[in-house]
Amino acid sequence: MEYAQQLFEGAFGPEWGPALFVLTKNTLLIIAIVLPLMLAVAYLTFAERKIIAYMQLRVGPNRVTFFGIPWLGGWGQPIADAVKALMKEIIIPSGANKLLFVLAPVLTFAPALAAWAVVPFSPEVVLADINAGLLYILAMTSMGVYGVIIAGWASNSKYAFLGAMRSAAQVVSYELAMGFALVCVLMMSHSLNLSDIVRGQQGGSFINWYLIPLFPMFLVYFISGVAETNRAPFDVAEGESEIVAGFHVEYSGMAFTVFFLAEYSNMILVATLASIIFLGGWLPPIDMAPFNMIPGFIWLVTKIAFLLFCFLWFRATFPRYRYDQIMRLGWKVFIPITLVWILVVGLVMQLPPSLREAFPLNLWFH
Amino acid sequence: MSFQDATFYFFSAILVLSGLGVITARNPVHSALLLVLAFFASAGLWLLLEAEFLAITLVLVYVGAVMVLFLFVVMMLDINLARLREGFWKWFPVGAFLGIVMAAQMAFVMMGDREGAGGAAPPAPRPADYSNTKELGRLIYTEYVYAFELAAVLLLVAIVAAIALTLRRRSGIRSPDVSRQVAVRRGDRVRMVSMPSEKKE
Repeated sequence: MEYAQQLFEGAFGPEWGPALFVLTKNTLLIIAIVLPLMLAVAYLTFAERKIIAYMQLRVGPNRVTFFGIPWLGGWGQPIADAVKALMKEIIIPSGANKLLFVLAPVLTFAPALAAWAVVPFSPEVVLADINAGLLYILAMTSMGVYGVIIAGWASNSKYAFLGAMRSAAQVVSYELAMGFALVCVLMMSHSLNLSDIVRGQQGGSFINWYLIPLFPMFLVYFISGVAETNRAPFDVAEGESEIVAGFHVEYSGMAFTVFFLAEYSNMILVATLASIIFLGGWLPPIDMAPFNMIPGFIWLVTKIAFLLFCFLWFRATFPRYRYDQIMRLGWKVFIPITLVWILVVGLVMQLPPSLREAFPLNLWFH
Repeated sequence: MSFQDATFYFFSAILVLSGLGVITARNPVHSALLLVLAFFASAGLWLLLEAEFLAITLVLVYVGAVMVLFLFVVMMLDINLARLREGFWKWFPVGAFLGIVMAAQMAFVMMGDREGAGGAAPPAPRPADYSNTKELGRLIYTEYVYAFELAAVLLLVAIVAAIALTLRRRSGIRSPDVSRQVAVRRGDRVRMVSMPSEKKE
């Protein structure tokens, strides 16, 4: 590493060398995060089709395999789908705003990836360990809606426009509930840094996780996350029974696939954040052998996988919400609950130290 | 020119160009999107000034919420550009005068002795674990608490006013009344009838 830095300083001088070295190093690290993420997205689609199939007493994709190995039946499906999408023609509708039409998938996808910069995978492994990590993630996820709105407008299609309108209103509403739920977390952890939030949940077992004192907030956050990613049962932005496919009805081939990738990487992001913030991130459920011998990264992935399973489970189980019910849930149920819980957490924090450091409260309020 | 300077000029160039684009673009949707880009560039500049909290909040509030609603409205309006341009030359002198006054005011501040470009010393760089957010919170809730609370009350009044302006009961629309749906009891809908079984003659 030091040798590489010296190489850069030799090539670009003392002024530019270190900066360019950091730039190159970070680009490589970003690739090291994004490539596995894309693979995870590909196999999440496979998992979704398989899990929902079994829930509906079907088998799901079981044909495409690698090198003709029979017990891998189905595992080649995501790769085959990706190749198929790459081969397809991208049709730009007449009357569409060409530049924005092409830009929209990019604008959905870029924030979905950018948010991963501050996610801590284990105590040491994090790309950017910034102070305001939680705020940064909120800012990035709030930008995903632009791609959807622009796609709906630039397509020059009524269905797409209706989908975009629905999505914009829904995402902006649920962002508020999500933000307020996270305010509770940062009140308890005294920090916006995601690594510090995980460290605040240390203490021996799963009882110390913020899941226990902030359980209502966990539910609000997770359900808002489902609504933010426009997943079933809140998928009125796509609503195939009403408006064909919503905002991406005019997209084909790779342009459509980019929307798809963004939706799934956003799902993984919401699951990851929920596991970091409420389920103790890389911490094992009980800090003793054999649990703490398993690396933290495995624990994190296990928690993420469980929450992702819940996403798929919801989709297989619940019927789609009516639009006015979605808005009612966001504004009249979630936001009041979060406001009350902020007040509760604040009051507990103001308790005299003798009470606050007594038995059950000292687990969470350090 | 160091790397930091290059970054500064990069963001400034984008900021100035997108700002010009906002007022020259023919399509209002393009204007709104260019304004988003301008917010982004200025957030980048604030990051260079080590004001992370402000930079991220700018993106979160203005880009993530305010401009989304702006776009929402602009896209739904059927804007007739020819009518918008009608009185341009008639009102041009007034606009130009206002513009010059604003530019002069800013020039007085920027070129003054105290705040001017050469006047203030550059802020000392902070250590990496310095939390901008905590410092800002401390100031807002201690020294400037009255101003802060006043601003909050002002916003609350604006919210109440906006809701009062748009809240109206229209009769004759067929939307479901949720409170009535929830309040329904079984007795309102179902009547249990006792029917003795009848013998076949």
